Amino acid sequence: MGFFSKLKDLKEGLTKTRKQFVEKIENLVSFTKQIDEDFFEELEEILIQGDVGVNTSMELVEKLRAQVKARKIEDPAELKAVLKELVREILGEETESLNLTGQPLSIFVVVGVNGVGKTTTIGKLAHKLKAEGKKVILAAGDTFRAAAIDQLEIWGNRAGVDVIKHNEGADPAAVAFDAVQAARARKADCLIIDTAGRLHTKTNLMEELKKVRRVIEREIPGAPHEVLLVLDATTGQNAVQQAKIFGQAAGVTGIALTKLDGTAKGGVVISIKAELDVPVKLIGIGEGMEDLRLFDAREYAEALFE
Amino acid sequence: MAVFEGLAEKLQNTFKKLRGKGKLTEADIKEALREVRLALFEADVSFKVVKSFENKIKERCMGREILESLTPGQQVIKIVNDELTELMGGTQSKITIASKPPTVVMLVGLQGAGKTTTAGKLANLLRKQGRRPLLVAGDVYRPAAIKQLQVLGQQLDIPVFSMGDGISPVAIAKGAIEYAQSNGRDLVIIDTAGRLHINEELMDELKNIKAEVKPHEILLVVDAMTGQVAVEVAETFNNQLGVDGVILTKLDGDARGGAALSIKAITGRPIKFAGMGEKLDALEPFYPDRMASRILGMGDVLSLIEKAQASFDAEQAQKLQTKLRNAEFTLEDFLDQMQQMKKMGPLESILEMLPGIGNKQMKEFKEQIDEKEIARTEAIIKSMTPEERRNPAILNGSRKKRIARGSGTKIQEVNRFLKQFEQTRAMMKQFAGMEKKMKKTGGKGFKLPFFGK
Ligand SMILES: Nc1nc2c(ncn2[C@@H]2O[C@H](COP(=O)(O)OP(=O)(O)O)[C@@H](O)[C@H]2O)c(=O)[nH]1
Ligand SMILES: [Mg+2]
Repeated sequence: MGFFSKLKDLKEGLTKTRKQFVEKIENLVSFTKQIDEDFFEELEEILIQGDVGVNTSMELVEKLRAQVKARKIEDPAELKAVLKELVREILGEETESLNLTGQPLSIFVVVGVNGVGKTTTIGKLAHKLKAEGKKVILAAGDTFRAAAIDQLEIWGNRAGVDVIKHNEGADPAAVAFDAVQAARARKADCLIIDTAGRLHTKTNLMEELKKVRRVIEREIPGAPHEVLLVLDATTGQNAVQQAKIFGQAAGVTGIALTKLDGTAKGGVVISIKAELDVPVKLIGIGEGMEDLRLFDAREYAEALFE
Repeated sequence: MAVFEGLAEKLQNTFKKLRGKGKLTEADIKEALREVRLALFEADVSFKVVKSFENKIKERCMGREILESLTPGQQVIKIVNDELTELMGGTQSKITIASKPPTVVMLVGLQGAGKTTTAGKLANLLRKQGRRPLLVAGDVYRPAAIKQLQVLGQQLDIPVFSMGDGISPVAIAKGAIEYAQSNGRDLVIIDTAGRLHINEELMDELKNIKAEVKPHEILLVVDAMTGQVAVEVAETFNNQLGVDGVILTKLDGDARGGAALSIKAITGRPIKFAGMGEKLDALEPFYPDRMASRILGMGDVLSLIEKAQASFDAEQAQKLQTKLRNAEFTLEDFLDQMQQMKKMGPLESILEMLPGIGNKQMKEFKEQIDEKEIARTEAIIKSMTPEERRNPAILNGSRKKRIARGSGTKIQEVNRFLKQFEQTRAMMKQFAGMEKKMKKTGGKGFKLPFFGK
């Protein structure tokens, strides 16, 4: 069966909201005798309540409306399946994976606003890649936040991978440069660079990020192979803005959606995919080392409406 | 971005549709409220809150406040903004100080909300107010969280109490209070680990800390970017722990911050401070009115409304008032006022100048206003020469005939209007004298001589 039976940790985390979300839809469907305007409006509200966002919700309901007409659906119960289909359509059918094809090494840069879970995600990802037989090196590029370097080092220890660091306050681009040299010398397969959290509205900090990127590009052609934007699932519509601006400044290739073990759910994922077409690649479902999964859009949509 | 752009415009368009109709139908209001609702959703205001808010607005709109307005769209936005501001509450950027020190403050919230940084900022702020803070490293779970607080303490030169991460936060909190007592620290700020509101074990841990140290303030730290879940988070923390106030972080970004409204509406607890940056002095008092217009996201429209009101400048107001008192108010002034009113909306602007008119009377007046009559009256005055407007006494039969023709009215209507104008002028003069009396009696029972329905 699906996603949730396969990933039992995730199941536990997701069940609660899934229940609320699905229950709401089910209630709506079963208490409605007739597909009318109020029904569509209510459906739209349910989506909005799941952080899907106004535009995407309206779009989905618009499409649903068209389907109802085209397929001459009269039974509200059928609508659930149609809606699931539509969401899945937005999320994409195929599974995304991380680009590890770099030669001699693949470089990942992890970016995002403050507190979303960048460092934690890096720790988990290092563990995951190492378990897959890759040699991983981490770079402590958050030289700004107090003890951020220590935090990454602890994760490096947990995962059993090296961490390249400078002192607090050092230039993150210099850390990146050194890390690339070290990764090359130590014949690593993958270098993951942590960065300081920054609000996308701070232009000077976004410039700093571009500089880190330029350094990497210069050292390894084709790098960075992934620029992962970490988004907190509890974030509302501002996540779309984050995806947009980080995308422009750092060339985001994928999203890691964290804290899905809470009750805030994937609605924002649908919204971001629909509006920016940036794929979600990873999901964080807890604070432990194992709590990271590849995002599977199809299973996710399936699970959400199961 | 597509989501945010054009919303104000969309609203304006909806409201434009409302403008100029004689009567506002329920369907019109419904449509306008839908736009308001969407604006709030885009700002991440929680669903429940939007719903109840919407009902409140509906009531106020149904209370005909929009019907009489000449620019209903602006009126609605103003109503919405006023209601939002009220809902956000007043400024309360204070911490309860214990009569017997130390005052104990405990910061709680989800992971990544900004508790540790906020602990440092709060200590810094309260030290400036003469307190002697002690920071307590109670996050024993997140790697290097203790170190983070220690570094902040060093930067601020404020002591940090830690017992490492091998001991329960309850014991740490208890130890910290004893330390504060014996070291002359009158303010204890406890940092706690971020936790999910649905994690019962960790919520119990907070309850245990609370039971142990009996904090004077439990402050919920919330990220301004939080989405729909905000309401659930605030509700749970409040129900389980009893939250005394909220600190909203990362407000220096561009999130509309609807979470603030949700939290306030659901918990009734004041938002006390706002985190405005990563620096340790970037903690500011929270301003509800600013937050309201930020959530509504219609700063441009709001400032337009403000401007329209201001354009009726004080000097003019003063002049007019003098004229009113001395019954020197002419038809020319009247036309001026009518045109002002058109620009600005409600008749309020002129009525407000009348001394002694309270809200209640204002409402009564407004209810008697007939828009068509206003248009007719304007046409009549416009058909007069300036000389006639200043001195209606010169209006003889042939002049009146000309005016009636020019304004598309009947000579009887011109006559009736002139008579009413004289009566009103006399009445206005009386008002000046009645000012005090009216306040006492509540001054009921006026009939506005023109525009009556
Ligand atoms: N519940 C939960 N917490 C997470 C997850 N990912 C990160 N966190 C927590 O979020 C907080 C901030 O994480 P951190 O990695 O320091 O964020 P950064 O500032 O972006 O580097 C920490 O307390 C993490 O333990 C997740 O998937 N689930
Ligand atoms: Mg970090």
